[in-house]
Amino acid sequence: MKIFKPFRLAAVASAIAIASLLPAKADEQFFPLQSYRVGPYAAGGTGFFGGFIDYLNLINIRDGGVNGVKLTWDEGETQYEVERGVEVYERLKNRPGVAAWNPLSVGIAYAMIDRITKDKVPLITINHGRTDSTDGRVFPYVFPLLLNPYSETSGIVNYIATREGGPEKLKGKKIVVLYHGSPYGKETIPIYKLLADKLGFELEQIEVPHPGNEQQSQWLSIRRAKADYVVLRGWGVMNPVALKTAQKVGFPVDHIVGNVWSNSEEDVIPAGDAAKGYVAITTQASGAQYPVLQEIIKTVYGAGKGNLDDKKRIGSVYHNLGIVNGILNVEAIRIAQAKFGHRTLTGDEVRWGFEHLQLDPARVEALGAKDLFHSINVTWDNHEGDGRVTFQQWDGTKWKVVSDWISPDWAFLRPIIEKSSTAYAAEHNIKIRTSDDAPLSQ
Amino acid sequence: MPAPSIRASRLTSNHIGIALLLGVAYGIVPFTGSEYLLDAILTPFLALALAAVGLNVLTGYAGQVSLGSAAFLAVGAYAAYNFNLRIPELPFLVSLLLAGLVAALVGLVFGLPSLRLRGFYLAVSTLAAQFFVQWALTKFGWFSNDNPSGVIDAPTLNIAGIPVSGAERRYVFSLTIVLIATFLTVRLLASQSGRNFIAVRDHEIAAKVIGVPLLRTKLLAFGISSFLIGIAGVLWAFAYLRTVEPAGFNLDRSFQILFIIIIGGLASIRGSFLGAAFIVVFPLLLSRVGAALLGNVFDSGVLEMSQRIVIGGLIIGLLIAEPRGLIALLDRFSIRVFRKPRHANQQPN
Repeated sequence: MKIFKPFRLAAVASAIAIASLLPAKADEQFFPLQSYRVGPYAAGGTGFFGGFIDYLNLINIRDGGVNGVKLTWDEGETQYEVERGVEVYERLKNRPGVAAWNPLSVGIAYAMIDRITKDKVPLITINHGRTDSTDGRVFPYVFPLLLNPYSETSGIVNYIATREGGPEKLKGKKIVVLYHGSPYGKETIPIYKLLADKLGFELEQIEVPHPGNEQQSQWLSIRRAKADYVVLRGWGVMNPVALKTAQKVGFPVDHIVGNVWSNSEEDVIPAGDAAKGYVAITTQASGAQYPVLQEIIKTVYGAGKGNLDDKKRIGSVYHNLGIVNGILNVEAIRIAQAKFGHRTLTGDEVRWGFEHLQLDPARVEALGAKDLFHSINVTWDNHEGDGRVTFQQWDGTKWKVVSDWISPDWAFLRPIIEKSSTAYAAEHNIKIRTSDDAPLSQ
Repeated sequence: MPAPSIRASRLTSNHIGIALLLGVAYGIVPFTGSEYLLDAILTPFLALALAAVGLNVLTGYAGQVSLGSAAFLAVGAYAAYNFNLRIPELPFLVSLLLAGLVAALVGLVFGLPSLRLRGFYLAVSTLAAQFFVQWALTKFGWFSNDNPSGVIDAPTLNIAGIPVSGAERRYVFSLTIVLIATFLTVRLLASQSGRNFIAVRDHEIAAKVIGVPLLRTKLLAFGISSFLIGIAGVLWAFAYLRTVEPAGFNLDRSFQILFIIIIGGLASIRGSFLGAAFIVVFPLLLSRVGAALLGNVFDSGVLEMSQRIVIGGLIIGLLIAEPRGLIALLDRFSIRVFRKPRHANQQPN
C-alpha cells in the first residue's frame, strides 16, 4: 500500500483544496445531483437531470434565484449504481447549503435513508421510492412526492375501471401484470393482490427477468390466459420488447397500460408501429406547449445554457419530470424562506418547506405549469402529497392525454402504508412523530 | 503461472513496515481522516480487499478460477442480516462468523464441480453460483424479511454493547476484522494446506502422485475462500452501504474482484490490497482530477466515459509492463531503491 499513500494524501489534499475554493457564500442553496448520464439507464438520467438543471437555470437567469438566493448544483455520476451514489453522497454532503437530495434511484434512495435522517436533509424520490416513506410520522426526511408505487397501482386500476364503465364492471375481468424482475418491479405485487380481492378482478402477475429482451413465453401465457388488460411494469429495454412481442402474438396494444417507468418516448419509439395506441400513466404531461417550458426554451436554451444536447428531447416525459421536480424543490425552498427568511436554509428548514408544499391548481397555473401537472398537497404526515395522475396515449409521434386527472384511492392505501411504516419504526426503534414534533426537530 | 510468493515469517524489516502501516491505520487515520475518506474510500477498500484475499486463496493459490465471488458476498450479507434479525440475542460477532460459515457451505456445494472441471469450464460452472444465488435471493421473500422491493437495510451494529456508528468506528471495526482474517489466511497459506493449494495449482497430477488429497484440498480452498468473501460481504453490507439488494451483487461485482487480484497480483496477499486500492481509489481520483480540470467544458457523462477509457488503457499498459501485477511492480521498485538482497531472492521468475 506504500505506493498509494502519496496518492491518497494527494486526494485528500486536493479535496480540501477544492472545498476551500468554494467558500460558503451567504446566499446560495446547493443541490447535490447524483445523476447518471452513462450506463443502461442513461436515457432516464439525462432527461430527468437535464430538466431539473434547466429549471434551476431558469430560476437563476429569470429571477436571480429564489428571492435573491442563487441556486447552485454539482453533478456526480452514479451510473445508477448504489455504491457510486453513496460515494457521491459522502463527497457532496458537507458542501454548504445543501437543500435536498434527488437521486432518482430506488437503490440509492434506500442506502441514503439512514444517512440523510442523521444529517437532517430531505431526500426526494419523485414518482418512486419506498412506498411506506409516504408516512411522514416515521420518515421525517423522505418524500416520495406526487406518486408512490401503491398510488400508481391504484391509479392504473381506477383507470381500467373507468374504461370498463365503473369499478363494479371489473368483476370477472382478467388483468395480467407483467413486471420487471427487480426490487422495483416487485414492489407492487402485494398491492395488486389486495386490489384484486377488493374489486373482484382476476389477477395474474408474470415476471420478466432482467433486462427483459426476450418475452415470447410470457406473452404466450398472456394469450393463453385470455387477459383483458396487461399492465406493463417495465424499465428500460423491457418496454419496447414487450410492445413488439405483444404485436407478434396479436394482443391489442390499446389494452396494454404502462406504469410510470414505462411511459417515456424512449420506451415507445424503438417499438415503432407496435406502440401506436399504447396507453401509459403519468404524473406530468409531455409536450413543450406549457408556459414554463416556453420560458425555458427562450431564456435558458436561448442563452445557450440548456442542458439537453438533443433539443428534440425538450418536453419529453423524462425532461418534463425533471422540470416538475425542479418546480417542487424550488417552491419548497420558497415556502420555507417565507417562514425562515430569505437566506441560505438548512436542510431541516427545507424539510419544513417540503412538509408545507401545497400548490393548488391556481398556484400551478401561476408557475406556468397548468396541465403539466395537477397539484400537490404535502403535509407533515403525508409526504406524497396526493398527486393526481393522468393517462396518455402514443399516437406514433407523440403522447396525447386521454383522461382527466385521476385520484388514486388514498383512503384505501393509507392503512396499508401505515402498517408497513410502523413495522419499520418498531424494527429500527424510531419514535413515531406527532404533529407537535413537526416543526423543526431540535 | 505466477511464482508462489508466500511471505516467509522471519522478515523482520517487513514486520517493521507492517507495524508502521498498522500504527498509521489505527493511530492516525481514524483521528485525522475525513468522513469521506473513511466512509467512502477506506471502508469499501477494506471490504473489497478482504474479498480479494478470499478469491486469491482460491484462484491465485489453488488455481481454481471462480466467477461467483459476488454470490458469496451476497450470501454473507444476507445470512448475517437474517441471523441478526431472527435470533436477536446473538452477538453480532457470532452472526458474522455464522454468515461466513454459511457462505463457506454454499461455496463447498458450488466447489464440487471443480473435481471434474478445470480452467474455463470451471469458471463457467461457478457462474451457476452467481446466477442461482441472485435468483434465490430475489425469488424467495423470506431472505429479505418479505420486504416487497427485496431491499433490506442493515441495523446499527453493536459489539459488546458499543454501537458501531460513525465513520471512525465503522472503519476501525472493518480494519480489525480484515486484519484478523488476513492474518489467519497468511498462517493457513504457510501451512501444509497452503502448500497443497499451490501443488494442486501448479500440477494437479503431480500433486496427486505425491499424495496431496485433491478432493479435500480443492474443497478446502473453496470453503476458505467463500468464508472470507462472505465475511467481506457482511462488511460491505453492514459497515459500508448499510443496505443490501440482490442486484448489487451481480456479475460485474464478481469481475471487479477478479480484476483486483489480476491487477494486484495473483497469489499475493499484499497484491489483493494493492489491487483493491487501485480499483477503489484510482477511478475516484481520476474523476476528481477530470472534474476539476474539465468539469466546466464537458458534462459528467462525457467525463465518465473518458475515465473508463483512461482506466482501461492503464490496465492494459500495466499488465503488459508487468503481467504479475502491481505487487511485482512494487517489489521491483523497492529493489531498485533499497537494493535489498532478500527481495532479489524472491524474484525467481
